[in-house]
Amino acid sequence: MSILVDADSRVLVQGITGTEGSFHTRQCVEYGTRVVAGVTPGKGGQKFDDAIPVFDTVTAARAETDADVSLIFVPPPFAADAVKEAADAGMRLAICITEGIPILDMVDTIAYCNDRGTRLVGPNCPGVISPGACKVGIMPGFVHVEGAVGVISRSGTLTYEAVDQLTRAGLGQSTSIGIGGDPVNGTSFKDCLQMFAEDEQTRGVVLIGEIGGSAEEEAAAYIADDYPLPVVAFIAGRTAPPGKRMGHAGAIIAGGKGTAAEKMKALAEAGATVVDSPSVIGATMAEILATG
Amino acid sequence: MRQAGIPVPEGEVAESARAAQAAAATLARKGYERFAVKAQVHAGGRGKGGGIKLASSPKEAGEIALAMLGSQLVTPQTGPEGVSVRRVLIEGGAEIANELYLAITVDRARRRPVIIASSEGGMDIEEVAATRPECIHHQWITPGWGLESFEAAGVAYALGLKGQAHRAATKVVLKLARLFADIDASLTEINPLIVTPDDEVIALDAKIDIDDNALFRHQELAALRDPSEEDELEAEAAKHNLSYISLDGTVGCMVNGAGLAMATMDEILLAGGSPANFLDVGGGASVDRVAAAFKILLQAPGLKSVLINIFGGIVRCDRVAKGIIEALETVKVDVPVVVRLQGTNAEEGRRLLQESSLDFIVAETLDEAAREAVGEGK
Repeated sequence: MSILVDADSRVLVQGITGTEGSFHTRQCVEYGTRVVAGVTPGKGGQKFDDAIPVFDTVTAARAETDADVSLIFVPPPFAADAVKEAADAGMRLAICITEGIPILDMVDTIAYCNDRGTRLVGPNCPGVISPGACKVGIMPGFVHVEGAVGVISRSGTLTYEAVDQLTRAGLGQSTSIGIGGDPVNGTSFKDCLQMFAEDEQTRGVVLIGEIGGSAEEEAAAYIADDYPLPVVAFIAGRTAPPGKRMGHAGAIIAGGKGTAAEKMKALAEAGATVVDSPSVIGATMAEILATG
Repeated sequence: MRQAGIPVPEGEVAESARAAQAAAATLARKGYERFAVKAQVHAGGRGKGGGIKLASSPKEAGEIALAMLGSQLVTPQTGPEGVSVRRVLIEGGAEIANELYLAITVDRARRRPVIIASSEGGMDIEEVAATRPECIHHQWITPGWGLESFEAAGVAYALGLKGQAHRAATKVVLKLARLFADIDASLTEINPLIVTPDDEVIALDAKIDIDDNALFRHQELAALRDPSEEDELEAEAAKHNLSYISLDGTVGCMVNGAGLAMATMDEILLAGGSPANFLDVGGGASVDRVAAAFKILLQAPGLKSVLINIFGGIVRCDRVAKGIIEALETVKVDVPVVVRLQGTNAEEGRRLLQESSLDFIVAETLDEAAREAVGEGK
């Protein structure tokens, strides 16, 4: 098995008729994902590409199609509302790709999702892929192959880079999750580590963190407590100066906290294999799995 | 803060020594005998850097302003080069019985705002947090509910206040929480929050950070943006929707994606070099953005080589390669350019670069690219 999404996932796309939404919906369908519905308010009753029914509301779409995973491409001013709508409709999982959502919107939205029992992945993330089964996001599907390594990351292209290295090293992936580059997000490293530990398919985890916040330190504390799988970790941003936001809203060293050095130290002490160079993520995991 | 109903000192902003002296004279007519001269820059730690000084006459306020205006102010929160002081704030000096600290920010781990309060206000709050964490009081704000009155009162008690000062501080806490939410702040900090001998509570100095992502719904705050406080190249990059940060190394970087950009800079460091910048051209790396990015990159002082690192996902590497070639036909580049393409159609992309009339150094792996870029720049 994999985590979060699999071949049985029934995916709904919020914002399916927009530029991003329509492009990536086609990419997901091409990959083999079961996209069963789309939602664009005011366009209910239409069919996307003559195949996927479009609804005005998530509740209507869910009632009709039994969708359980929502993929969200709604622009920043309306994205928080879209996530809440997915939660209220009873979606099991909401994956929000949108970049640029106000932080305080996400604070409220995550509390709302927790209240409704919906897991949110993102925002500002590439999504989730269980190779060979289901792609719910914007990542290039072809670099992934099915296998035993779980990948968790705050980045987009850096994750593809790491996955590509794993694939070249002969290691497939169980599930790859982009948790997003914002300061406040729905699913943490720790949440994913926990799910991977319970997943029979996963034999090792690659964790890609970056400067800012304390999510990596929390992951380290969790790993230190007898985590059953080997973890290879890389932290981006050793050269970042304090006080400057490095692209991602969450990637900022504030008040001397959240530096790469601190995070690398915490993870190494917890028993993770911390690599200095992003070029050796794949090879390091291959070595560990070959000997372990 | 004043608009939010939080008591602040009287004062006005001056851009010349003469205006500063006049502002102090106006305050003197209202009965003030001491005046604070405060450098107006986008950085904290001003007290430590000599950016806040007291004067006992309008003439002295003018003299202090004269020395401060046009100088470079270096504080623990600026770089070693400091920031240029273009404006000063002249305020009526208040009598201080007690200095407190009060701030609200977002607790990322708990995913909610947190009030941070301390009875040990003043310049060394960072020191207090590091050495005496028990002197720092936290009050988290429940998402969707906001701050309750009893919670605000609890914060004021934790500040050691009683009676009238307690009531006044409770109001300030509630108003600060409302302000934080209303303006989509990522930080509202009052330091010091003072108590006067008459039990008045006044925000003597403050810093507010606004969440960039929320500016679309705060036009009035977006208008406060001051380009003179920003790095020239960074401001230029922002116009093209490029995420750019100036650094002081020699290897210019152009990468798609923020995480990969940081990782590329790290790899340059490992190869013995130093990055001249952070630059994320966005996932797509289109011709226009690559061209705009080059124009900005080439202005970096000390630039000796350029490293382009693109992971082609949905956007194919052959198209990215064409974009780079096209961009370089419009921009003259006189330093070595190392290009590393990986992902969809990477081989095709590399072939296009090698066959072009332009002089690229094509690398396959990230560490190879970093070594080439550092080596070429020596």
